[in-house]
Amino acid sequence: MHSAEITAEQIRDLRVLAGTIIPASEAYGVPGADDERIFADILRSLARDREDVCQALAHLTRLAGGAFADLQPERRVEVATQFREEGGAPLAILVRLVLLCYYRDDRVMRSLGQEPRAPFPQGHLVEQGDWSLLDPVRMRAPMYRRVT
Amino acid sequence: MHDKVDVLIIGSGASGAAVAWSLADTRMRILCLEQGDWVKPTDYPSNGRDWEARLFSDFAINPNRRARPTDYPINDDNSPIKVVNFNGVGGSTIMYTAHFPRLHPSDFKVRTLDGVADDWPIDYETLEPFFAENDRVMGVSGLAGDPANPPKQPPMPPLPLGKSGARFGKAMNQLGWHWWPSDSTIATTDYEGRGRCINLGHCTPGCAQGAKASTDITYWPLALRAGVELRTLCRVREITVDEHGMASGVIYYDADGNEHFQPAEVVILAGNGVGTPRLMLNSVSSKFPNGIANSSGLVGKNLMFHPYALTYGYVDEPLDGNRGPPLCLWSQEFYETDPGRDFVRGYTFQFGRGFGAIMEAIVSSNAGRLPWGENHHEVYRKLLNRRIGISAICEDLPEEHNRVTLDPDLKDSHGIPAPKLDYTISANSLKMMNHGIARAKEILTAAGAGNICVESPIVNGGWHLLGTARMGTDPERSVVNEWGRCHDVKNLFIVDGSIWVTSGGVNATSTIQALALYIADSMKQRLANLFD
Repeated sequence: MHSAEITAEQIRDLRVLAGTIIPASEAYGVPGADDERIFADILRSLARDREDVCQALAHLTRLAGGAFADLQPERRVEVATQFREEGGAPLAILVRLVLLCYYRDDRVMRSLGQEPRAPFPQGHLVEQGDWSLLDPVRMRAPMYRRVT
Repeated sequence: MHDKVDVLIIGSGASGAAVAWSLADTRMRILCLEQGDWVKPTDYPSNGRDWEARLFSDFAINPNRRARPTDYPINDDNSPIKVVNFNGVGGSTIMYTAHFPRLHPSDFKVRTLDGVADDWPIDYETLEPFFAENDRVMGVSGLAGDPANPPKQPPMPPLPLGKSGARFGKAMNQLGWHWWPSDSTIATTDYEGRGRCINLGHCTPGCAQGAKASTDITYWPLALRAGVELRTLCRVREITVDEHGMASGVIYYDADGNEHFQPAEVVILAGNGVGTPRLMLNSVSSKFPNGIANSSGLVGKNLMFHPYALTYGYVDEPLDGNRGPPLCLWSQEFYETDPGRDFVRGYTFQFGRGFGAIMEAIVSSNAGRLPWGENHHEVYRKLLNRRIGISAICEDLPEEHNRVTLDPDLKDSHGIPAPKLDYTISANSLKMMNHGIARAKEILTAAGAGNICVESPIVNGGWHLLGTARMGTDPERSVVNEWGRCHDVKNLFIVDGSIWVTSGGVNATSTIQALALYIADSMKQRLANLFD
């Protein structure tokens, strides 16, 4: 666990922010990024990005004038919009962390028609394709520059 | 104090493995020191569910991000292109796309043909047998008959076109432009003990199946069986010299941080265009106060990347996504110099099959395409598996101000000064990149793609590290001679990408390895008078 340096308040803000970035959807039958399992993955995966994530969350706190999680929904949207515009590299890293944990969740993968499995050893099928497409190119004269 | 070896190779990657294998038949005592370790196939990301996420941690392509104990830091703040490498047995062949074009004959004669940079002291014809030998050992898939290249015969059939490749092929035919299945070191049939490709997905961070040829599974098993010794987790600090100015061996640190001196009759540098000049500049003595073999002052200078200009778009049906090797086609329609353009030299297009779910989300988020909130899901579903992309790999001409020096402050875990890069993209390269972007947009439009976006240069695109200890016949204008021996130190050789005179516009590994085999062969031809 590498989240020791993140305060409980920041963890609460991060969870609400994650759900703001990717909310649950009944239409698509998917959890939000604030889902318990996904958020636990986010906290577990902080390691290399902890400093940037903390920096981003500190920025969020400043914009919110306190805890982001305690804002009313409408104000939360306003602050999140401003944060997205101003957050810079630390926010991009925070969002990357949210996305890479969200899009490896089995439930999310299934909803996208993706198989939630390791690539090895089963692999995938890729169609060979129609190699007659190459016929016009085969007929071209050599086009590399001759060197004497 | 270790026993003296006949040949000491520093680095076990593309060139180090090839030169070790080739020299093994001399029956000399050959030792290779590698700062990284063996990577087990079971460690590769494609063994696990989190295969894509690991591209951002222990299998990140950027060593500063990856930051394994076996990596060294690189100060690349003053470069718009960041270094990509891997430190381990196999070197950066562990972490490459296996795209395997060769330099063209014209690439060796750029001064004669185009009046820029310098000609190489060797030519394509000299390297041709070594290209073929390397294709056989590495195991190349591809298709004979490419009109953009001199004749060659890849030993295995090409990678499948897939849905993405077929789209590109039709688009290129519509435009009347050249395209061809790429030469690739991904096995399409069972080959020399390697299993055939089963389309695990993106191949860059190692292949769990062993279908992708990294030198730990091609050259090294052969070299080890022939008696070469490979010592891992050994980081070389400096090359030492004797009273005659000849290389006497190296000082290195073992896995426990203990310092060793390894004497050698011959030292061969087989790092890369950043690691090799770093080591040379760190090898300071009274004979070589500015770094070993640096009387020309050119060690570290003329750094060349290939600036990559990426253009991509989205189509209206799912394509191959992350299924299958990411690169399967190239075009060299714009490779050779055309006086009608506003730049000299040219570039290769490589066609990208697609992205996985996480990469798509992150790249689209960074580009501002992927909204936060309720619309996120709907927009994402219109992006996933619908991306096709084209990269122009642009020839970078040598410029002395593009260079590798030693950082005054940054050090690796052994306290060895780290490399510092100063690099700018030239006006010629920028024009070439813009030309490539404009043509790529035409191709994507013909392929039915919309929402076209550009990333130029690809920031984490410093795959090819070239030119920092260039080859030539004039000791004042080059570091090594025409067969890889340092002008200043007659028992010190360089076989990696540092010795390139110009960069061409292709992925570098095939030519790096052919050069290494050629230099090894040249050494074997001259064993009786190697130091004359």
